[in-house]
Order: sequence, then C-alpha cells, then structure tokens
Amino acid sequence: MSQGIRMPNTEHYNDKVVRQFLLAAAVWGIVGMSVGVYAAAELMWPALNFDIPWLTFSRIRPDHTFGVIFAFGGSALMGTCYYIVQRTGHARLALGRLAGFTFWGWQLVIVLSMITMPLGITQSKEYAEPEWFIDILIAIVWVSFGVVFFASLARRRIKHIYVANWYYGAFIIAVGLLHIVNNLALPVSMWKSYPIYSGVVDAMVQWWYGHNAVAFFLTAGFLGMMYYFVPRQAQQPLWSYRFSIVNFWALISVYMWAGAHHLMYTALPDWVQSVGMAFSLVLLMPSLGSAANGLLTFNGSWWRLKTDPAAKFMVMSLVFYAAATFEGSMMAVKTVNSLSHYTDWTIAHVHSGSLGWVAMITIGSLYAMAPRALGRPEMHSRKAMELHFWLHIMGTLLYVGSMWTAGVTEGLMWRATNPDGALTYGFLDSLIAIRPMYLIRWSGGVLILSGMWVMAWNLWYTAADARARLIKPIPVPIPEPVPHQVPAPLPAAG
Amino acid sequence: MAYKHFEAIEKHAGLLGILIAIMVSLGGLAEITPLFMEAHSVKAPPGVHPYDPLRLIGKDVYVANGCYLCHSQMIRALRFETERYGHFSTAAESVYDRPFQWGSKRTGPDLARVGGKYSDDWQRMHLMNPRSVVPQSNMPGYPWLANNKIDAADVQARMRTLRRLGDPYSDADIAAAPAAVEGKTEMDALIAYLQGLGIKNEPATAKAAAAPASDGAAP
Repeated sequence: MSQGIRMPNTEHYNDKVVRQFLLAAAVWGIVGMSVGVYAAAELMWPALNFDIPWLTFSRIRPDHTFGVIFAFGGSALMGTCYYIVQRTGHARLALGRLAGFTFWGWQLVIVLSMITMPLGITQSKEYAEPEWFIDILIAIVWVSFGVVFFASLARRRIKHIYVANWYYGAFIIAVGLLHIVNNLALPVSMWKSYPIYSGVVDAMVQWWYGHNAVAFFLTAGFLGMMYYFVPRQAQQPLWSYRFSIVNFWALISVYMWAGAHHLMYTALPDWVQSVGMAFSLVLLMPSLGSAANGLLTFNGSWWRLKTDPAAKFMVMSLVFYAAATFEGSMMAVKTVNSLSHYTDWTIAHVHSGSLGWVAMITIGSLYAMAPRALGRPEMHSRKAMELHFWLHIMGTLLYVGSMWTAGVTEGLMWRATNPDGALTYGFLDSLIAIRPMYLIRWSGGVLILSGMWVMAWNLWYTAADARARLIKPIPVPIPEPVPHQVPAPLPAAG
Repeated sequence: MAYKHFEAIEKHAGLLGILIAIMVSLGGLAEITPLFMEAHSVKAPPGVHPYDPLRLIGKDVYVANGCYLCHSQMIRALRFETERYGHFSTAAESVYDRPFQWGSKRTGPDLARVGGKYSDDWQRMHLMNPRSVVPQSNMPGYPWLANNKIDAADVQARMRTLRRLGDPYSDADIAAAPAAVEGKTEMDALIAYLQGLGIKNEPATAKAAAAPASDGAAP
C-alpha cells in the first residue's frame, strides 16, 4: 500500500471506541453465557432458583438472550463496524464524541435491561423484553450509531463503498425500523406498559421483529464482519465481489417476508403462513450463496487453517452458517414445522446459528482485530486460541446434538397415537425422556463458557500495552483520488 | 444489468441507504398491513369479554414472570394437538391479550384450555412447589406470589390505559375494580387467570365442535 499514499499526514484512526467495544464484548460474552449455563442447570435441577424471584428460569432467560445477542453480539458488531468503516474508507471515524456516547449509551441500555428484566419489569415480547423507557434509550443510541456510521461513510476517501459496509448499513437501518415498530406501547407507569397491538396482530408484528432480529442483527451484521475479516485473514480478495452484490439485495429483501414461519398452524391467517414458508425456501439461495462466497475466499489459502486459529474459527462459522440456514428453511416447511415447533429442536437450531455461526465469526474476527487495535503483532498466546477453538466446537456439538435429539424425541412422542386413536404418551413422559439430553446440553454450555474465559485471559495479556497506555495511534493512509475502481481494493493493513 | 448501474449505488451512501430502507420495508408492509386492517373490522365474538380486574392482574403476573417462555397458549390445528389440549385456538380468543401469549416453546404443556382442568387448590400447591403434586416436574416454584398484595390504584391505571387502547371497559368496571381485588394476592390473581383460560374467552362455536382436526397429523 505504498503507492499513491501521501505521507505524512496528521489523521489517525479512532481505535479507542473500538477497544472499548472489544472489552465490552468479552465481558458481556462471559456474563451472557454464564446466565445461559445457569438457566440450563435450572432445567435439570429446578430447585436451583432457591425460590428467589430474580433467580428463576423464566426471569433470567431474557437476561441470557439479551446478554448474548444485544450485549455480546451488539458490542462486537458496533466495535467491528467502527473499525471497518474507518479501514475501508481510509478515513477517521466521524463525530468522535457521538461515537463515545454510543458506547456508554449502549452499556447503560444493557445494564438497565439486565437489572430490570429479572425483577419482572418486562414487556415479555421475546428478544424485545426491556420496558418502554429503555426502548426509548435504545432508539436514541441506535439513531446515534446510524448517524456516526453514515457520517463516517460520507467522509470516506475511497469512493467505492466496500461490501461489508452495506451489510452494516442494512443492519442499522432495519434494526432501527424493527425496534421502533415492534415496541410501540402505551405506558401505565414507569414499570409497566401495554403494546398497542393485541392478539394475532401482535403475534405477526412480534415475529416479523423476532425473525428479522435474527436476520439483521445476527446475520446481516455478522456478514458485514465476515466480508471484511475473512478476506483479510485469507490474505486474498473475495471469491466473487459480484456474487456478494446479488446475495446482498436478495438477502435483505427476502428475509423480511419470512417471519410468519414462526407461527405455522396457529390462528394466523393461512395465506400469511404460506407466504412465510415460500420466502423461507427462497431464502436458501442468498444464505448459501453468502456462505459459499466466504468459504471459497479461502481457496488457495487453506493451508492457513494449520497455523491460524482465527481463520479456523471463521471457516467453521461459515460451515455452521450454511448448515443452520439450510436447517432453518427446512423447519419453515409446514410438515417439518408441525414436528419441530415448540420442541427443543428450535433451541438446537438457534444455538447452531448463534454458537456456530455468530459466536465463531465474532471470536475469529476479535482474534483478527484485537492485536491490530491493541498495537501488538499478534495475540498473546496462539495455544490459548487453539484451546478455545476446541472447547468451543466440542461444546457446540454437544449442545446442538443433544437438543436435536431432545427435540425430535419430543416431536415424535407428542404426535404418537395408538391404533384406537388415543395419544400414546402423556406430556410428562416426553419431559422424562429428554432429561439426559438436558444434562449433556448443560455440559456443552460449560465447555463453551470455559472457552470464553480462555479468550478473556488471552485478550487481557494482549492488551498489556493498551493498559500501560503505550499505544501509538495508527495513521490513516491517505490515497490519491482514484477515478474508477472496480471492484474496491482490498482493505489496507493496520 | 450492467455494472455501471450498481456503481451509482455503491458510490453514494445516501442512495444505498434509501434503497436498503425500501427493500427491507416491503415484506412487513405486505404481511402486517392487511392484518392490521382486518383487526379493526373483526370484533370480539359474543362471549369474549375483556379481562375482569383480578384476571387482568393475573395475566400481567403471568407476563411479568415470563411463563410464556415454557408454556404456549396456542393449540395448533393438528389432530394430535386437539386430542391432547382441546379445540384448536382461534384468533378471536386472544383479542385482549397485550402482548399475545402464544409462546414459542413447550418445556411444560400448552395452557390455552387449562381452565377448570385442575382445582384451585391443586394450582396453588403446584405454584408453591410443583414437585409436591408432580414429582418429576422441572418447573420452578413461585411461592413469593402468595406474599405480594395487589395494589388497587394500579389496577385502575391499567384498565384506563387498556381503555385508551380500545378495550371496552366502562367507568363502572373501573370504579368496581378495587373491590374485586381487595385483599387478594398475586397468587390468587394468577390462579383466577389460569382457571379462566379456554373457558372465559372460548368462542361459542368452539364449545359445540368436538375435535375438528385438520390434516397431516398421522404419525
């Protein structure tokens, strides 16, 4: 990157906010997964709530989901977004103080939510549990995040907007839209509100939100991460840039139609169910396309898997992404859904997506980004990264495998009928049958959580220079204006 | 399409943002708007009334404790579902549920028609310690509900808010609310709510039909 760069310059990347989000992601990852492990233990040993309200499964489950999706995932997404928009645009982040506000604002949202929800101050809409006053704060922080992102794009020096930024842009716009529409409510008091929707309309709005929280928070955002860090880690350009364009537009437009597949055979009108199922099947193509584009980017670079654990995390995450989206489309087929719905198969599917795809691409990207943002040539310990990889993959396989088994068992037992037409099993029979699976799931969770502690230890030592305030800001390489770049150049190192 | 058309989008952040906003709005508009329109024309069928004060608080206790995370209230139109839980759920039954309580996971059984299935005493013992009546259950106990008294003023505030959202509570209903919850605990309210499920809001047609299951349920 020496040609065409005017040196010296006085502009430096704003990596402070990136480091803050990096630290937050590591902390919230551990917190969110610890709550998950505890909740899983409660399903095995229900006495573990000790009759304390805020320790009860139904009260802490939202803390687990909020903790891993919005606290861990959200911090990782916002941090990597700020990192990538600067590197791909060759420009410092715009509005530094507002960016700082988005960090502290988001942390405040997380802390408020995770305290109020176990106290019973909750809307009880899945993945949108925080009450109205927190929702307003979320909306303010989110709009600020969007302003910082688009203002940074506006001051970029590379004319072409790199594909990772489209995904982050779609993630910001769509999540803002979903959040506001789904959370419209009339407050009774500080601690209680009623949604403006009821019954079947509320169900449709909620799953339009719930499904697309998966689509845009857990997929589009992390695809943005993938499109930047996978080519960087493979040290070669994307397999097909044009393919990424097609997949992008297909993915963001089709995903929004598929929410109804969460409500098969319910009181939702039949036509909406059918539309939801049809679009879920169409969704296979952009999903598998994105996964293929990422995996094929490693063509000619597969040997890196032997030496680079971060690349290993990324490749496994793409394999899980392909598998989980394939599974998701199959589960949206009404016949399959009649078996899988309400069972632990859903839990298996969610976790193969979240532990396999989301967590692994995040961890891989954090391992790739952390040394650069922390002013070190590489992570403190490669062995620890290796250990983390194996703990994580073993834990995920135990988790997903046990919940698949449990889910199919439940589905089959619930529908089993005797020749005379009577049901073969009582509900309790199915619970007793899957007990061992709950134990295996819990042990998988323990392995994954241990891996997160290994990562935290590794990050702590990698951050030694940052803690000693020895880090030198990285100067922005300022390129000569290039009139026609097709496609965009590979993002600069540093 | 020639690359130059994409080039315009990919070099202008504003245009990119606007096109993204359009593309992501289509699905929701197409699926939610018709339901929203329909919701205004569909009135609650005869026999379905808004929750009385005690059951309203019971529903809110159910919501606040996250019961929906393990119990669905949506009997699907499948033979084995109706065989186990009763008539399939209809849209009219949940018109007063804010938020809806259909759920997405059954760690415990569906509760859409649990009303009247067990006695009040059974429900109370079960909520205090589920394993006292179902030894293999993995449900947590909720004994603290028996100690939480209901605030009468709060009930009225809730009913007034619901009226502003369109639920037909009269002034008399709201004035009578404090008396209805006098001396009651959250446990009493939750039991009243559970005992009304599938009874107080069941449409008249559902009671007449026996088990009109739909397709595809054969094992």
